[in-house]
Amino acid sequence: MLSWKDIPMGAIVQTPGSAKEYRTGDWRSQRPVWDLSKCIKCGLCYIYCPDASIGWKDDGYPQWDEFHCKGCGICATECWTKAINLVEETE
Amino acid sequence: MAKKVGTEVSFAVADAVKLADVDVIAAYPITPQTHIVEKLSEYVADGELDAEYICVESEHSAMSACCGSSATGARTFTATAGQGLELMHEVLTIPASSRLPMVAAICNRALSGPLSVWGDHSDLMGVRDTGWIQIIAENGQDVHDLTIAAFKISEHKDVMFPVMVHMDGFHLTHVIEPIVIMDQEDVDKFLPPFEYNNKLDPASPVSQGTYAPPHIYPEIKKAQDVALVNSKETIKAIWKEYGDLFGRYYNPIETYKTDDAETILVTMGSFSETASLAIDKLREQGKKVGLLRVRLWRPFPFAELRDAAKSAKTMIVLDRALSFGGPAGPLCSEIRSAFYQEKNRPQIISFISGLGGRDIDPEDFEAMIARGEDIAKNGSDSEYEILGVRE
Repeated sequence: MLSWKDIPMGAIVQTPGSAKEYRTGDWRSQRPVWDLSKCIKCGLCYIYCPDASIGWKDDGYPQWDEFHCKGCGICATECWTKAINLVEETE
Repeated sequence: MAKKVGTEVSFAVADAVKLADVDVIAAYPITPQTHIVEKLSEYVADGELDAEYICVESEHSAMSACCGSSATGARTFTATAGQGLELMHEVLTIPASSRLPMVAAICNRALSGPLSVWGDHSDLMGVRDTGWIQIIAENGQDVHDLTIAAFKISEHKDVMFPVMVHMDGFHLTHVIEPIVIMDQEDVDKFLPPFEYNNKLDPASPVSQGTYAPPHIYPEIKKAQDVALVNSKETIKAIWKEYGDLFGRYYNPIETYKTDDAETILVTMGSFSETASLAIDKLREQGKKVGLLRVRLWRPFPFAELRDAAKSAKTMIVLDRALSFGGPAGPLCSEIRSAFYQEKNRPQIISFISGLGGRDIDPEDFEAMIARGEDIAKNGSDSEYEILGVRE
């Protein structure tokens, strides 16, 4: 951990994009779980995710980013085929 | 050759900013600051100053634009007063913590309500803890010189803080005084171009003003505070350099007849010159009185203050602002703190006067000193007294 003497002037961040190293997934109290039998690869979950925590696998199905997803549930609300369910985090 | 001219003090600010060859001005007009920004917008419109003048919709936007401008390495200026400074408040802490150099002329004005456009130090005290370097001017020449020097202080590699130059609304901004307006050649020699190492540059990207969780926020704040405290030595060195070059010296604490003074009046701002007339009169009567004026409000010059007031048995502090229900006027609180740990500390008496543009005459200062000496001897029921108010 940095001492106050190591803080760059103005607490400037000299490594662009370093926010991706921050595990915001720790904030999550519930996680989205996909039922791929209902998923039609429409991409609405990808569009609506405010944290860019949903991407794409090679087969066209959504790729969930467990490290950054905060569990807000917007994807589950927006999924019109109800392929996403929110499940309580138990750990 | 620098020339002494009769000019409005607001124009002397505008001329200082023009001589500093600023790149960006973002400001919203508000009494009594208006003449400064009107003059600057004329200079830009007439092509006399090659700068971007951003007409913003509020002071909040003005300060936001200034942050962005400074972050790109542009020399930046704004000016405001009273309610405008209050509206700017939310953004003021950001250039201080992000270490974005800029200069702001603050034309000190009372705060609403009741609505008042006239001067006092309520707005100044409201922004006390925003982390800016804060310098107090007493007359038009101060305003001109200190504004030029403020750019050099703000942009110095060992400082890198925004700087406010405070001047009393109307009592300074709207008076015409004989002022030596600096030569461009001299200012160019004194003030180097702004070199900002961390500027926003697509070729070398950085993030400024980011988020800090509890595991790092206190370290960032300590680093900021240490840097602000340490800036005092650079401020003194730059003022000394200015004095050596141009013959007008400025100090964190200014003194007048304090050498053997047993009673010292403490003031801040343009009323100090009126107070000096009362000191002269009392000296003629053989009284050991002196005047001490705080020039550097932040970082506060504790050591310089204690040194300047060594002979004092009583210090009488004038505040032109109220800390409602507080321990004293805000300036007096600082003076009392500075002496609390001293073995032979003087009695320190707090008076509030000159609110909302009310004048304080030399006779009022004489009465203030007399009442202060009376309280020092006989005590008082209250923490501070408000003078010059009809009973």
